[in-house]
Amino acid sequence: MALVVNGAEVATDEEGYLEDLSVWTPEIADAMAKEEDVDLSDEHWDIINFLREYYEEYQIAPAVRVLTKAVGKKLGKDKGNSKYLYSLFPYGPGKQACKYAGLPKPTGCV
Amino acid sequence: MADYELPEITGEDGITDVPAVQKDVMVGPGPFVSKPDFQVGMHFPSDIEKGDDGKWSLIPNWKEEALGKLDELRGRYRSLQVYLDICVKCGACTDKCHYFIGTTDAKNMPVARQDLLRKVYRRYFTFAGKYFPKLVGATDLTEEVIDDWYNYYHQCSQCRRCSVFCPYGIDTAEISMAAREILNHVGRGQKYCTEIMGKVYKIGNNLGLPEPALADTLEGLEEDIEDETGVKVLLPLDKKGADILLITPSADFFAEPHVDGLMGYAKVFHELGLDWTLSSYASEGANFGMFIGSYENMRKISLRIRKAAEDLGVKRIVFGECGHAWRVAYSFLNTLAGPFDFLDQRYPVPQHVLEITWPAIQAGKLNIDKSRNDDMTLTFHDSCNVARATNMGDKPGGQFDIPRAVIEAVCNNYVDMPMDTIHDATFCCGGGGGLLTDDLMEVRLKGAQPRMEALKHVSDNYGVTHMAAICAICKSQFTKVLPYYGFSMDQIVSVHQLVSSALILTGQVDEEDED
Repeated sequence: MALVVNGAEVATDEEGYLEDLSVWTPEIADAMAKEEDVDLSDEHWDIINFLREYYEEYQIAPAVRVLTKAVGKKLGKDKGNSKYLYSLFPYGPGKQACKYAGLPKPTGCV
Repeated sequence: MADYELPEITGEDGITDVPAVQKDVMVGPGPFVSKPDFQVGMHFPSDIEKGDDGKWSLIPNWKEEALGKLDELRGRYRSLQVYLDICVKCGACTDKCHYFIGTTDAKNMPVARQDLLRKVYRRYFTFAGKYFPKLVGATDLTEEVIDDWYNYYHQCSQCRRCSVFCPYGIDTAEISMAAREILNHVGRGQKYCTEIMGKVYKIGNNLGLPEPALADTLEGLEEDIEDETGVKVLLPLDKKGADILLITPSADFFAEPHVDGLMGYAKVFHELGLDWTLSSYASEGANFGMFIGSYENMRKISLRIRKAAEDLGVKRIVFGECGHAWRVAYSFLNTLAGPFDFLDQRYPVPQHVLEITWPAIQAGKLNIDKSRNDDMTLTFHDSCNVARATNMGDKPGGQFDIPRAVIEAVCNNYVDMPMDTIHDATFCCGGGGGLLTDDLMEVRLKGAQPRMEALKHVSDNYGVTHMAAICAICKSQFTKVLPYYGFSMDQIVSVHQLVSSALILTGQVDEEDED
């Protein structure tokens, strides 16, 4: 599958995740979101940026609890829960947000 | 949520009516095919190519390989040979499969699923099939047959419910595993399983969670428990010389409600003064080698557990809440990676975490306040692998009784779902056996119908608010499918999450008391 961003093709796998994680740009995230009828707001970007920072350090997406805790610390306790994350990323923060952030898909029994 | 045409649930008696059989409603390409890279990691043939239509080719000599593998497997497993020969088409299994009930596809009747392989076996390996194929339902092995295998053997979660009702005890799971092992060797590996197992070999777990991330996650959980209780409960990693090595599914580190269960084990161990550790090398309880029917890969993953136990010098191995892990551990671990003569023989080898928690509760060693779970009315979903392939404790049926006993010891409100849907007649969650992947979502949703029907019954009639489970797959599957059936995703809980909520640690100061 390929995504067209600024006239250039970006290779993605069967599920829409980037084949080459290093090519990620914010425009790619926007294009991916648009394909799923999501407009990325500042709230979305807070999550995407955190995911990218965490990935840079640990080479894996953060656990749901790590993410909710970090969001809670940064944006207030009322937002530090899965419900808030699901309201932004209805297909699941783990999977949908990781895709937009250019992270590999979390695999396993999750 | 994506749209699927889902069967309706009524909640009337909790039992799904048997639907009228339909042909080919679930015909399809099956799950994503394992790419050559992933195949190599499994030591499976990898000379396949993707066509312009997006479809992967089979390996060049696929037919010879497939028949050779079938021949090898029926020689290796006497059970498989018997199952292929012995079916008398009595029909007892036909309406017992959750995927048949949910999809109505004729090929999802267990006997029909078996026949997909049996008809080829007959054609090439039996006298009647070689000379009078039409008389005995024998067919040639063609690419279409391989496609059918790939599609329909990935609509079986190997839950073994049908085998309970088969008068001969034919185990469709073993046939499905054999079929997948043949597929592995003709270029039709399944991406979900092979990618994950590659991560186990490379990093130590299905998630691909490296040691520093695991250490950070565990530290975060220690902080959370301390925040909630005021007690420093450790979740040690790679602690040499610990008594107990805890092997748990990596979903316990990552997903919800799994992680609440992990914190529950940690609190129980802490309260009992047990010296335990996790291993970053064997940071996975799951063993997908079983799902894909690959003895070699199942063994390789099991040997990691042995190596971790030896390297850390532990005396006991304890398994967390993971259904098929407990099957592999309870039924096969000694054969795959034994003998475990270096472990303390006074304890079961291996042991389930519930076999620690339940005796401790009985002996009054845990201070339990049941009222802390009064906001819930619970029911228990027996996970297929635990229910039909293992035991717990020292009495038959312990795998049914002990989880319920623990739940009832920590919760005031408990109701069972209808008898035909629990214990050894339990319905699979719909996501087991390597099917817990988004590309099989339709099958997963439809396969969940019988369990959802039973849950709705106890929910409508007895006020059940939450369902507990002891399997990472069940927990993830229900998190995903519950909303499609009108429930909410947080209605599925871990058993040790309930223990954790009710357990008052020595020296515990509750968060709200502090303020």
